Amino acid sequence: MAQATPLGGPLVTRTTVIAGAFALIAAGLALYRFVYGLGAVTNLNNAYPWGLWIVWDVVIGTALGCGGFAMALVVYVMNKGEYHPLVRPALTASLFGYSLGGMSVLVDLGRYWNFWHLYVPGWANPTSVMFEVAACITAYCLVLWIEFMPVLAERFASASTRKMVNKTLFFFVALGVLLPTMHQSSLGSMLVVFGFHIHPLWQTELLPLLFLLSVLAMGYAIVIFEATLVTKAYRRPSEAHLVGALGFYMVPLIAAFLAIRWADIIAGRKIDLVFSSGGLSSLFWLENLLYVLPLFWLSSERRRANAKLQFMAACCLLLAGILYRLDAYIIAQQRPGWHYFPATGELLVTIGIVAFEVLAYIVFIKTLPILHSVRK
Amino acid sequence: MALTRRNFLTTAAAGGAVLAAAAPSEARDNKTMPPKAVGLLYDSTLCVGCKACVRACREANDTQPEFNTADKLWDTPLDISGRTITVIKLYADGTADHKDQEKNGFAFIKKSCMHCVDPSCVSACPVTAMTKSPDTGIVSYDADACIGCRYCVAACPFSVPQFQYDTAFPRILKCQLCKHRQAEGKMPACAEVCPTGATLFGPVPALKAEADRRQALAPGETTTFARKTVGSPDVHEKKAAHYIRHIYGESEMGGTQMLLLAGVDFDKLGYPALRDRSYAATSETIQGALYDGLILPAVVLGGLVFAASKHVPQHHEEED
Repeated sequence: MAQATPLGGPLVTRTTVIAGAFALIAAGLALYRFVYGLGAVTNLNNAYPWGLWIVWDVVIGTALGCGGFAMALVVYVMNKGEYHPLVRPALTASLFGYSLGGMSVLVDLGRYWNFWHLYVPGWANPTSVMFEVAACITAYCLVLWIEFMPVLAERFASASTRKMVNKTLFFFVALGVLLPTMHQSSLGSMLVVFGFHIHPLWQTELLPLLFLLSVLAMGYAIVIFEATLVTKAYRRPSEAHLVGALGFYMVPLIAAFLAIRWADIIAGRKIDLVFSSGGLSSLFWLENLLYVLPLFWLSSERRRANAKLQFMAACCLLLAGILYRLDAYIIAQQRPGWHYFPATGELLVTIGIVAFEVLAYIVFIKTLPILHSVRK
Repeated sequence: MALTRRNFLTTAAAGGAVLAAAAPSEARDNKTMPPKAVGLLYDSTLCVGCKACVRACREANDTQPEFNTADKLWDTPLDISGRTITVIKLYADGTADHKDQEKNGFAFIKKSCMHCVDPSCVSACPVTAMTKSPDTGIVSYDADACIGCRYCVAACPFSVPQFQYDTAFPRILKCQLCKHRQAEGKMPACAEVCPTGATLFGPVPALKAEADRRQALAPGETTTFARKTVGSPDVHEKKAAHYIRHIYGESEMGGTQMLLLAGVDFDKLGYPALRDRSYAATSETIQGALYDGLILPAVVLGGLVFAASKHVPQHHEEED
């Protein structure tokens, strides 16, 4: 198996400078929010108390950060060693997705100075789905950094430290699969208590299962997406053969997601809503299309091996997962007389956070042994 | 990894254990009314829209007026908000000629916390900032515990908790049934000042009995209505209006400690049709099935540790 090595090359490039600039704008706006309140930067209101920062940065951001979760499941639990080269890049992206999601929560919390109450018995409320999500995401951020230790150890530590890190790693890898299973399903459970505030095409007691299945598909998709982009951007040899085989694991996940969602709609006598809900019906069908297309492309070995179809399938699955979450958390909310669309400042903060993620990812792959070495 | 007999057996055993752990958990039922539950009975047909309750609530809870007219001479809250705990709203249809009539009529309606028997906000709050008194059933908010996540705001079926978006140090604002006044032996300010007894304070069973009595009245029948609280000597005589056959809050979401009567359908007055099973019960049933005693996560972790302990060293030794 190939070793992982730093990519090298200059850190100050047009991409990193632009990303840095956007990150600075976001930092300035965040500061403004801390002085003048959430309403000064966001369009949040008491019918839509959660907006872009929660739904994009946390709900969708952590879902996009599930590449590490999905790869750990394939490589370490199902023991498919051939995918090992994809683990570290996936883990690195997860690390940023989750860490920055956690940071944006602090910007969004109204009374952030009390956030530590989440971890103190007496305050912490175990019946709250939010408590499960918060405790579990915090734990996973720590686990991600621990899982990342071998990378840092290879670069900076002695042989004996490296050995110790590698010996205990299996436990954190196991936790690194359990914790996202828990909180990514809970991100679905979180909406159950909203009841009739969410349109019946999205509201169901099966939300935790649907969120879990769709996040795994997103996890594999983001690995394919990143591998394709890195290959192109840094002119590395194609990983299409390796990446394409991953599609094999997505087929049953997508099929299960669609089957369960439709079974719930039929069993819940909601089938007429599929046609009669106006714009929401269209969004529902669009979500379905974005799942069915990749299901078709990935279901045959021949199509799976096609780099272009792989990439398109990954993009569709990411869009499907993003749209499903946007709909469930914002668009399909039933709040008569109220509406929400993110303010410019709100958008700029989110763009800044994504920019910072891109910036940090580039710095990490250039300076740390993350991508597997290419034999020249 | 080819599917060997041993692998298959391990996987099957782990799967079986997971199912066995998940099976025994039971559905969480709706919570029940606390023994000394107190609340409000609001009768839309008695309300004259004077908004004395809105003013009294401001004084009792130290909230500032809200201005929505250009001259800023009127305290005109449009709804409950981060600055306003209760409002009286007006339903009007067509010519709005007749009180308590759906077509070409009008009706007043009060909006404030329902003090649910099984509140979503209490179930949702991650840091126990929302609590329900096991005694009086009052749903209280503790700003010192609150992290400002606004899950209560989004979760409440009645959209009651209101967050303050216009300050660096925001809180949630909601009716706490003037518990600070009750501690001094007084009643909630809104009930105390109501000139027609449209808002009555009292123990929930007494409020319920009074609501039942009014439901049984023939329209136009002259009867007495108490002011301030059920059974108070301060009464006035009035002809009964035509009531909708529905005590709102009697069963919605497992019941609420605020009950409402009206002459117009409640969904016209901003009170949605809701099922009897509380959303908190549904949500906690799911959480309970997955997390009670952390048994299921522990079993899954065991399986994962087993698999990872065999597979992780393989891949990492190859690299060293």
